[in-house]
Amino acid sequence: MGMQFTRRNFLQGTAVAVSAIALAGCGNSNDGSGASSDADSGTVSGDTSGDAFKLGGIGPLTGGAAIYGTACKYGAQVAVDELNAAGGAQLELNFQDDEHNPEKSVNAYNTLKDWGMQVLIGTTTTGPCVSVSKEANADNIFEITPSASSTDVIGGQPDTDGNITEQRKGNVFQMCFTDPNQGTASAEYIKDKNLGTKIAVIYNNSDAYSKGIYIKFKAEAAKLGLDIVSETSFTDDSATDFKTQLNDAKDKGADLVFLPIYYQPASLILKQAKDMGYAPKFFGVDGMDGILGLEGFDTSLAEGVMLLTPFVATADDEKTKKFVEEYKKVSGSDENPNQFAADAYDCVCVVKQALENAECTPDMSASDICDKLVAAITAPDFKYSGLTGEDMTWTDSGEVTKTPKGMIIQSGQYQPLD
Amino acid sequence: MDFLTNLINGISLGSIYAIIALGYTMVYGIAKMLNFAHGDVIMVGGYICFMTLNALGLNPLIGILAAVVGCTLLGICIERIAYKPLRQSPSLTVLITAIGVSYLLQNLALLIWGANPKVFPSVVGGSGPIMLFDGQLVISMETIVTIVVCAVIMVALVLFTSKTKMGKAMRACSEDPGAARLMGINVDTTISTTFAIGSGLAAIAGVLMMSAYPSLVPTTGSMPGIKAFTAAVFGGIGSIPGAVLGGVLLGIIEVFAKAYIGTQFADAIVFAVLIVVLLIKPSGLLGKYVPEKV
Repeated sequence: MGMQFTRRNFLQGTAVAVSAIALAGCGNSNDGSGASSDADSGTVSGDTSGDAFKLGGIGPLTGGAAIYGTACKYGAQVAVDELNAAGGAQLELNFQDDEHNPEKSVNAYNTLKDWGMQVLIGTTTTGPCVSVSKEANADNIFEITPSASSTDVIGGQPDTDGNITEQRKGNVFQMCFTDPNQGTASAEYIKDKNLGTKIAVIYNNSDAYSKGIYIKFKAEAAKLGLDIVSETSFTDDSATDFKTQLNDAKDKGADLVFLPIYYQPASLILKQAKDMGYAPKFFGVDGMDGILGLEGFDTSLAEGVMLLTPFVATADDEKTKKFVEEYKKVSGSDENPNQFAADAYDCVCVVKQALENAECTPDMSASDICDKLVAAITAPDFKYSGLTGEDMTWTDSGEVTKTPKGMIIQSGQYQPLD
Repeated sequence: MDFLTNLINGISLGSIYAIIALGYTMVYGIAKMLNFAHGDVIMVGGYICFMTLNALGLNPLIGILAAVVGCTLLGICIERIAYKPLRQSPSLTVLITAIGVSYLLQNLALLIWGANPKVFPSVVGGSGPIMLFDGQLVISMETIVTIVVCAVIMVALVLFTSKTKMGKAMRACSEDPGAARLMGINVDTTISTTFAIGSGLAAIAGVLMMSAYPSLVPTTGSMPGIKAFTAAVFGGIGSIPGAVLGGVLLGIIEVFAKAYIGTQFADAIVFAVLIVVLLIKPSGLLGKYVPEKV
């Protein structure tokens, strides 16, 4: 998710994660393995005997975006504990705070480099990640980010005008979907499941995340022959009154409204649609995730809302259940993990799998490991199945290929749509 | 039917701008200062009402009352601490202070209530929306209540400023504070009272706005505040009926621009209309042109 935090965007930025603030487990530094812990200045844990791979993590552990960083830290910790207990090559995790600030993030990166980091899990948020990935690219250290979803992180992708502003950074990979890919995936999903014939889109014209998804969605819809009958937008400054947009959709007979937006404006759209007696299907993306956690929100408004999201803590498969349980132990809080935590968990696991495939050893240099890991992760037969998807693959572009999970809200709970 | 629906949506949005604009215009008309913190007082009113309803589970009427009392006190405090010491300072100083107060309130709200949006429960009870023409035209109860409240407040304020002693003192201060003081009017008290009334209005505006658009965050008040300020200038700042007219027109223009020209240009069109109006009639639609005497 695009998280370039300006003052105003910050509020919407908080709309990013599952049950956003409610999940802020910050302040709890109850690290499972308990080697040494300090929530503010970073944590070294796992095997510290010297024959372990040194994984660095970076994310905001304090400040306004702390929920994302702490989620990643604990998610990664769960993975490290689990993999170390299972045997094989041991891992050591050192997670540093960057306060969601690019300069501090680069400082944290340098601290980790001094510590001897061999692989970087991070950074958590987009803005800092763009800066850090440049450094990591220059140093040739393998980097996989759980959640920085902008295409600028991996580079080599055209922006909305078709220009490539950031060159591809060959050592950087993503675990999360890039913003535009969510648009493509949504259109495909709607077509595959035959969810609607006449589609309306309401997007945020002042938000790169929303607009990026919208543009890709529109292009893919045209390819698939989906009929978009109404396209309306709003801006951060006019994100309260949606009656006109909904009226347009209603007049044109849209039976599905696609909302590539965060959950706060979405909650207003759902209410205003109900007030005007308009009941189409609503389809959202990962920014919609968290709508049920809104304080005071009438969850019946969201009944039947569909969304694509990589991870849902209430899903009842074994893997998710076990992760949620472990996460609660490590974080020392009763809150469910969000998708950031699950993405970080998957990052550590996929790195471990790739390290084993590439037959790396802890005494190799970070640069050698990076070359081997890049080759291993982009190998045609490399597949990883984790919390946020089955059979994920990566290409040279750094983007992940995975099948998004469709969810539907029923009786105030997420249910798998399939 | 499409036209009617849009018209009603415009009036409903506009009447919210109008109530906020009334607060701006009151304070400007009498104290001759732009209280940019007005929008944030609205936000505080929303939070106070939210807390009373959600955390304490009290009756909506008590919630509204708590918001009005809370905001009135807040308004008096802001005036005492931030504006009163600057009474003799240039208006630019007070303007900057007002912007400072605005950010202070937003950040305090961020500290107290957090950045997570809160969903406001509607204080307007009753029997759901009114359906006309087989449900083709839907008017929500919030819209009706907002329009009625807006009209009532406008009439009450006009009567208050023209009939009561305090109202007359306010108008006197507005015309010439120096002369008013010579006539035995306590200018300081009068201005403080104006702030108290303006902030009480802000609380009502906040509760109504939140009932119609129930998403409460610490910056909730800032954009409606700016739009309402625009509406006040549009209608003629200082004029009470002008604020209402400006607010409603601004709402209608905004909705029509969205519906018939394009959602992407709505705000640009709203402000373009403002510029055109001010070029043709610099004092606003109902404003009085007061020549500077040298």
